[in-house]
Amino acid sequence: MSEKKSLREAYGKTLVELGKEHEDIVVLDADLAKSTKTELFKKEFPERFFDMGISEADMIGTATGFASVGFKPFCSSFAMFLTGRVYDQIRNSIAYPHWNVKLVSTHAGISVGEDGASHQCIEDLALMRAVPGMTVLCPSDAVMAVSLTKKLYEYESYAYMRLPRNELDSLYQESDDFKIGKSVVHSIGKDITIIACGAMVSIAKKTLMRFKSMGIDAGLVDMYSIKPLDKEIVREVLKTSKGILTAEEHSVIGGLGCAVAQIASAEKRVMMDFLGIEDSFGESGTPENLFEKYNLTEEAILKKGKILYDKL
Amino acid sequence: MEKKFLAQKSNECRIDILQMVFNASSGHIGGAFSAIDIMTYLYFHKMNFSKENYLDNSRDRFILSKGHASAALYACLAHKNIFSRNELSSFRKIDSMLQGHPSRKTTPGVETSTGSLGQGLSFANGCAMALKMKKINAKVYCMVGDGEINEGQFWEACMTSSRYSLDNLRVILDYNHLQIDGFIEDIKNPSPSKMRFESFGFHVIEINGHDFDEIDRAFEEADGVQKKPVFIIAHTIKGKGVSFMENNVNFHGSPPKKEEYEKAMKELSDV
Ligand SMILES: Cc1ncc(C[n+]2csc(CCOP(=O)(O)OP(=O)(O)O)c2C)c(N)n1
Ligand SMILES: [Mg+2]
Repeated sequence: MSEKKSLREAYGKTLVELGKEHEDIVVLDADLAKSTKTELFKKEFPERFFDMGISEADMIGTATGFASVGFKPFCSSFAMFLTGRVYDQIRNSIAYPHWNVKLVSTHAGISVGEDGASHQCIEDLALMRAVPGMTVLCPSDAVMAVSLTKKLYEYESYAYMRLPRNELDSLYQESDDFKIGKSVVHSIGKDITIIACGAMVSIAKKTLMRFKSMGIDAGLVDMYSIKPLDKEIVREVLKTSKGILTAEEHSVIGGLGCAVAQIASAEKRVMMDFLGIEDSFGESGTPENLFEKYNLTEEAILKKGKILYDKL
Repeated sequence: MEKKFLAQKSNECRIDILQMVFNASSGHIGGAFSAIDIMTYLYFHKMNFSKENYLDNSRDRFILSKGHASAALYACLAHKNIFSRNELSSFRKIDSMLQGHPSRKTTPGVETSTGSLGQGLSFANGCAMALKMKKINAKVYCMVGDGEINEGQFWEACMTSSRYSLDNLRVILDYNHLQIDGFIEDIKNPSPSKMRFESFGFHVIEINGHDFDEIDRAFEEADGVQKKPVFIIAHTIKGKGVSFMENNVNFHGSPPKKEEYEKAMKELSDV
């Protein structure tokens, strides 16, 4: 149906665009520039690109030094190595002194595929949410990735954005605007609303008609800003929907689901369920195989949604 | 260089450090005393850093990577009038601008927050690289502990310093031979240090870190070095200045008891 596009490609191209307009942007990578697509920036602006080698901790620290002299650094690597590997550097070298450093990871989640669990970061949202003051974004298509990359440049604080390795269905128009702290309401269901992020948005979108044929009125919100979360929309959803199902390519522990539950449960009585990777590692396989095995599919959403509906 | 003035300053700073740690009933005296002579030299003689310019991009920067020696940094900044000396009595207390470890957001003059060891040199490298890009002719000084350099990130950063030929950077090793659990030689021995840092691409200078003539000579020599970062191995004594604190690991992170405080204060006041 819709065309698939690469979000990391979109990110790399947008960095180049930003580089042309702004002299203060510098980009750092840790020997993954080819994969993260920061190499596009490197080609255009070699004097403002720094390959720090396979030393992510040093990359984070170096970026803070750049920020202190007035540059706006973007750091990239795989989600695995840009978050868990350097949690302390992000917390103590970026966040605590409050340096304007942007972290954009690629290859987040199990859609990394064949490389297996050592490379499939399914806890980056949880880790980054826990950092005081951190902004956390998870775009769902390439157009959104472009828009949010530009928003990140303008944003005067530290932030983390995760991108997948594989291409995702196109959902939005170039004229659409995506603000940090907001969300996209596709529809609000009378029975349940699915609140999803990243790859799960287009999968969830395909379930809406199928829910209808099952007699369930389901809606969908694209919650790309995990932190700050669009609390207003969660409250809006609760005015109409009796249940909320969250869906994310991430552990069910500490990610989007928990962020939504924190707001919803303080608001009113609501039945919720959480679709994501249960407390386990991923493994090797094609992304399709993995989404199947780890229940990140239309069928899995329909099943969980039906059980939730039956409890309402 | 006015040696007498610097000796007097560092003695005043030692007295302030002792007072601060005693008041707070916590803090790190040993590593502050081993570092304070070099820090005094930098803040009161060498660096272009003052109340008037400490926010200008053209200032020289001192980064205390071994953040637990915060009391030494605060004493220097107070004596530079970056903030009032009255603030020193609030060190480590609730609502204080002087946090246990340096915090950029709360304390003027602190270049970045440190305390989680091993991270300062990466920040310093970033500053030095950015200053070069902006063609600002300022220097970056970064002090690390000899225990701190157990950390892998420090060595990653060393490779960055030389990769980018950061001749506007001076790394100072406070080589006092003690870390918390004992002698550094018994834990992860950095010796032979001179060879090691030379092999990492630094211009290395070894000095007695408590002798102002040697300190001055080293930093003057550093200014003549081109296309290489400079590494100053400063042989120091942990707890330097108070006889019973010298080389005594018990004064790494424990405050002195009342009698010890009084005895130490007397020794420092008699200088
Ligand atoms: C990453 C990290 N691990 C452990 C500590 C706890 N710690 C504080 S000071 C210290 C010893 C530092 O020794 P050294 O660098 O030699 O400092 P100095 O002797 O100059 O005081 C340790 C282990 C820390 N602050 N950061
Ligand atoms: Mg030591």
